[in-house]
Amino acid sequence: MTTSLFEIIDKPIDVEEVRQKVTDRNAGAITVFIGTVREMTKGKKTLHLEYQAYPSMAIKMFEQISKEIQERWPEAKVAISHRVGHLEISDIAVVIAVSSPHRKIAYEANEFAIDRIKQIVPIWKKEYWEDGTEWIGDQLENVPYPKGNPSTSEEESCD
Amino acid sequence: MINILLFAHLQELIGESKLCIDLSNLTVGQIKEWMETQYSQVNLQHVMTAVNEEFATDATVVKEGDTIAFIPPISGG
Repeated sequence: MTTSLFEIIDKPIDVEEVRQKVTDRNAGAITVFIGTVREMTKGKKTLHLEYQAYPSMAIKMFEQISKEIQERWPEAKVAISHRVGHLEISDIAVVIAVSSPHRKIAYEANEFAIDRIKQIVPIWKKEYWEDGTEWIGDQLENVPYPKGNPSTSEEESCD
Repeated sequence: MINILLFAHLQELIGESKLCIDLSNLTVGQIKEWMETQYSQVNLQHVMTAVNEEFATDATVVKEGDTIAFIPPISGG
Protein backbone atom coordinates (compact mmCIF):
# COMPACT_ATOMS: atom_id res chain seq x y z
CA MET A 1 0.00 0.00 0.00
CA THR A 2 1.40 3.30 -1.03
CA THR A 3 0.52 6.58 0.65
CA SER A 4 1.42 8.82 -2.26
CA LEU A 5 -1.60 10.60 -3.73
CA PHE A 6 -0.17 10.53 -7.26
CA GLU A 7 1.29 7.49 -8.95
CA ILE A 8 2.55 6.11 -12.23
CA ILE A 9 2.52 2.33 -11.85
CA ASP A 10 3.30 -0.68 -14.02
CA LYS A 11 0.99 -3.06 -12.19
CA PRO A 12 -2.83 -3.23 -12.10
CA ILE A 13 -4.36 -0.30 -10.20
CA ASP A 14 -6.22 -1.12 -6.99
CA VAL A 15 -9.30 1.13 -7.28
CA GLU A 16 -10.20 0.79 -3.61
CA GLU A 17 -6.72 1.84 -2.58
CA VAL A 18 -7.01 5.06 -4.62
CA ARG A 19 -10.42 5.76 -3.08
CA GLN A 20 -9.07 5.28 0.42
CA LYS A 21 -6.42 7.94 -0.15
CA VAL A 22 -9.06 10.69 -0.33
CA THR A 23 -11.13 9.45 2.59
CA ASP A 24 -11.97 12.35 4.88
CA ARG A 25 -14.25 12.66 7.90
CA ASN A 26 -15.68 15.85 6.38
CA ALA A 27 -16.34 14.25 3.02
CA GLY A 28 -19.94 13.59 2.08
CA ALA A 29 -19.07 12.33 -1.37
CA ILE A 30 -16.29 10.55 -3.21
CA THR A 31 -16.34 10.27 -6.99
CA VAL A 32 -14.15 7.62 -8.61
CA PHE A 33 -13.42 7.83 -12.32
CA ILE A 34 -12.05 4.69 -13.95
CA GLY A 35 -10.60 5.00 -17.44
CA THR A 36 -10.49 1.67 -19.28
CA VAL A 37 -9.07 0.33 -22.54
CA ARG A 38 -11.69 0.47 -25.31
CA GLU A 39 -11.78 -2.13 -28.06
CA MET A 40 -13.49 -0.23 -30.91
CA THR A 41 -12.54 3.33 -31.89
CA LYS A 42 -14.22 4.73 -35.01
CA GLY A 43 -14.71 1.23 -36.38
CA LYS A 44 -11.13 0.17 -35.79
CA LYS A 45 -10.39 -2.72 -33.47
CA THR A 46 -7.71 -2.33 -30.83
CA LEU A 47 -5.94 -5.56 -29.87
CA HIS A 48 -4.07 -4.11 -26.91
CA LEU A 49 -2.30 -0.94 -25.80
CA GLU A 50 0.99 0.20 -24.43
CA TYR A 51 1.27 3.29 -22.22
CA GLN A 52 4.52 5.12 -21.68
CA ALA A 53 5.13 8.02 -19.28
CA TYR A 54 7.77 10.53 -18.27
CA PRO A 55 7.15 9.53 -14.66
CA SER A 56 8.87 12.27 -12.67
CA MET A 57 7.28 15.02 -14.74
CA ALA A 58 3.92 13.25 -14.83
CA ILE A 59 3.84 13.26 -11.02
CA LYS A 60 4.65 16.99 -11.01
CA MET A 61 1.79 17.60 -13.43
CA PHE A 62 -0.60 15.57 -11.24
CA GLU A 63 0.48 17.81 -8.35
CA GLN A 64 -0.18 20.88 -10.47
CA ILE A 65 -3.67 19.58 -11.33
CA SER A 66 -4.26 19.05 -7.61
CA LYS A 67 -3.17 22.64 -6.97
CA GLU A 68 -5.54 23.92 -9.64
CA ILE A 69 -8.36 21.92 -8.03
CA GLN A 70 -7.49 23.39 -4.62
CA GLU A 71 -7.72 26.89 -6.09
CA ARG A 72 -11.17 26.23 -7.54
CA TRP A 73 -12.58 23.92 -4.88
CA PRO A 74 -10.59 24.32 -1.64
CA GLU A 75 -12.40 21.48 0.12
CA ALA A 76 -11.79 18.87 -2.57
CA LYS A 77 -9.07 16.27 -2.23
CA VAL A 78 -7.77 14.30 -5.23
CA ALA A 79 -5.73 11.14 -5.81
CA ILE A 80 -4.64 9.89 -9.24
CA SER A 81 -3.02 6.63 -10.37
CA HIS A 82 -2.07 6.05 -14.02
CA ARG A 83 -0.89 2.72 -15.35
CA VAL A 84 1.98 2.24 -17.81
CA GLY A 85 3.12 -0.77 -19.84
CA HIS A 86 1.07 -3.37 -21.68
CA LEU A 87 -2.72 -3.19 -21.19
CA GLU A 88 -5.43 -5.48 -22.52
CA ILE A 89 -8.97 -4.51 -23.53
CA SER A 90 -11.02 -3.47 -20.44
CA ASP A 91 -7.93 -3.06 -18.28
CA ILE A 92 -7.88 0.02 -16.06
CA ALA A 93 -5.58 2.76 -17.38
CA VAL A 94 -6.34 5.54 -14.92
CA VAL A 95 -8.18 6.02 -11.63
CA ILE A 96 -9.10 9.44 -10.23
CA ALA A 97 -10.73 9.75 -6.81
CA VAL A 98 -12.06 13.06 -5.49
CA SER A 99 -13.65 13.63 -2.10
CA SER A 100 -15.53 16.72 -0.98
CA PRO A 101 -18.18 17.68 1.56
CA HIS A 102 -20.89 17.70 -1.16
CA ARG A 103 -21.30 15.69 -4.36
CA LYS A 104 -21.41 18.48 -6.95
CA ILE A 105 -17.82 19.51 -6.34
CA ALA A 106 -16.67 15.88 -6.31
CA TYR A 107 -18.16 15.38 -9.78
CA GLU A 108 -16.89 18.67 -11.20
CA ALA A 109 -13.38 18.38 -9.83
CA ASN A 110 -13.10 14.80 -11.07
CA GLU A 111 -14.04 15.78 -14.63
CA PHE A 112 -11.64 18.72 -14.43
CA ALA A 113 -8.85 16.32 -13.43
CA ILE A 114 -9.30 13.94 -16.40
CA ASP A 115 -9.56 16.87 -18.83
CA ARG A 116 -6.30 18.33 -17.50
CA ILE A 117 -4.56 14.94 -17.59
CA LYS A 118 -5.29 14.82 -21.31
CA GLN A 119 -3.80 18.30 -21.72
CA ILE A 120 -0.65 18.48 -19.61
CA VAL A 121 0.51 15.10 -18.27
CA PRO A 122 3.31 13.50 -20.32
CA ILE A 123 1.82 10.07 -20.96
CA TRP A 124 1.55 8.39 -24.36
CA LYS A 125 -0.59 5.57 -25.69
CA LYS A 126 0.48 3.18 -28.44
CA GLU A 127 -2.35 1.40 -30.21
CA TYR A 128 -1.84 -2.13 -31.53
CA TRP A 129 -4.29 -2.98 -34.32
CA GLU A 130 -4.59 -6.01 -36.55
CA ASP A 131 -2.83 -4.12 -39.35
CA GLY A 132 -0.23 -2.11 -37.47
CA THR A 133 0.67 0.15 -34.57
CA GLU A 134 0.69 3.86 -33.87
CA TRP A 135 1.65 6.23 -31.06
CA ILE A 136 -1.48 8.30 -30.53
CA GLY A 137 -1.30 12.06 -30.23
CA ASP A 138 -4.82 13.25 -30.66
CA GLN A 139 -4.39 16.59 -28.98
CA LEU A 140 -2.59 18.71 -31.52
CA GLU A 141 -5.10 21.47 -30.95
CA ASN A 142 -3.83 21.85 -27.40
CA VAL A 143 -0.71 23.86 -26.82
CA PRO A 144 -0.36 23.53 -23.10
CA TYR A 145 2.52 25.71 -22.08
CA PRO A 146 1.26 26.42 -18.59
CA LYS A 147 2.32 29.40 -16.59
CA GLY A 148 5.73 29.48 -15.03
CA ASN A 149 9.26 29.23 -16.21
CA PRO A 150 11.29 26.07 -16.19
CA SER A 151 13.05 25.39 -12.96
CA THR A 152 16.80 25.10 -13.14
CA SER A 153 17.23 23.84 -9.63
CA GLU A 154 17.45 20.17 -10.47
CA GLU A 155 20.53 18.79 -12.08
CA GLU A 156 21.10 15.30 -13.35
CA SER A 157 24.41 13.97 -14.45
CA CYS A 158 24.93 12.07 -17.66
CA ASP A 159 25.27 8.32 -17.39
CA MET B 1 26.67 18.26 -21.14
CA ILE B 2 22.90 18.19 -21.32
CA ASN B 3 20.54 15.25 -21.16
CA ILE B 4 17.91 14.78 -23.84
CA LEU B 5 14.93 12.53 -23.08
CA LEU B 6 12.90 10.96 -25.89
CA PHE B 7 9.48 9.37 -25.70
CA ALA B 8 6.90 7.56 -27.81
CA HIS B 9 7.54 7.69 -31.58
CA LEU B 10 10.64 9.89 -31.14
CA GLN B 11 12.22 7.18 -29.00
CA GLU B 12 11.52 4.61 -31.71
CA LEU B 13 12.71 6.81 -34.59
CA ILE B 14 16.02 7.61 -32.91
CA GLY B 15 16.42 4.26 -31.19
CA GLU B 16 17.37 5.74 -27.83
CA SER B 17 15.40 6.91 -24.79
CA LYS B 18 18.16 9.24 -23.63
CA LEU B 19 20.94 11.18 -25.30
CA CYS B 20 23.78 12.90 -23.55
CA ILE B 21 25.26 15.66 -25.66
CA ASP B 22 28.10 18.11 -25.30
CA LEU B 23 26.10 21.28 -25.84
CA SER B 24 24.87 23.91 -23.42
CA ASN B 25 23.67 27.50 -23.29
CA LEU B 26 21.60 26.96 -26.40
CA THR B 27 17.93 27.73 -26.63
CA VAL B 28 15.34 24.99 -26.94
CA GLY B 29 14.77 26.18 -30.52
CA GLN B 30 18.45 25.79 -31.34
CA ILE B 31 18.54 22.31 -29.83
CA LYS B 32 15.52 21.33 -31.91
CA GLU B 33 17.34 22.49 -35.04
CA TRP B 34 20.45 20.55 -33.98
CA MET B 35 18.35 17.42 -33.43
CA GLU B 36 16.70 17.71 -36.82
CA THR B 37 20.12 18.03 -38.45
CA GLN B 38 21.54 15.04 -36.59
CA TYR B 39 18.46 12.89 -37.06
CA SER B 40 16.90 13.69 -40.41
CA GLN B 41 14.03 11.28 -39.74
CA VAL B 42 12.80 13.52 -36.91
CA ASN B 43 10.44 16.50 -37.13
CA LEU B 44 10.12 18.47 -33.90
CA GLN B 45 7.80 21.18 -35.17
CA HIS B 46 4.75 20.09 -33.19
CA VAL B 47 6.70 18.65 -30.28
CA MET B 48 6.57 20.39 -26.93
CA THR B 49 9.58 20.54 -24.67
CA ALA B 50 10.21 20.46 -20.96
CA VAL B 51 13.38 21.64 -19.30
CA ASN B 52 13.97 20.06 -15.89
CA GLU B 53 10.40 18.74 -15.87
CA GLU B 54 8.71 22.09 -16.52
CA PHE B 55 7.16 23.02 -19.87
CA ALA B 56 9.48 25.35 -21.79
CA THR B 57 9.32 27.51 -24.90
CA ASP B 58 11.66 27.64 -27.89
CA ALA B 59 13.33 30.67 -26.24
CA THR B 60 14.19 28.85 -23.01
CA VAL B 61 17.94 28.54 -22.52
CA VAL B 62 19.26 25.07 -21.70
CA LYS B 63 22.24 25.17 -19.37
CA GLU B 64 24.98 22.77 -18.38
CA GLY B 65 23.52 19.76 -16.56
CA ASP B 66 19.93 20.51 -17.58
CA THR B 67 17.55 17.83 -18.81
CA ILE B 68 15.48 18.63 -21.88
CA ALA B 69 12.60 16.33 -22.75
CA PHE B 70 10.84 16.30 -26.09
CA ILE B 71 7.14 15.79 -25.44
CA PRO B 72 5.17 14.62 -28.51
CA PRO B 73 1.41 15.25 -28.41
CA ILE B 74 0.22 13.39 -25.35
CA SER B 75 -2.49 10.75 -25.14
CA GLY B 76 -2.85 9.70 -21.52
CA GLY B 77 -6.02 9.12 -19.58
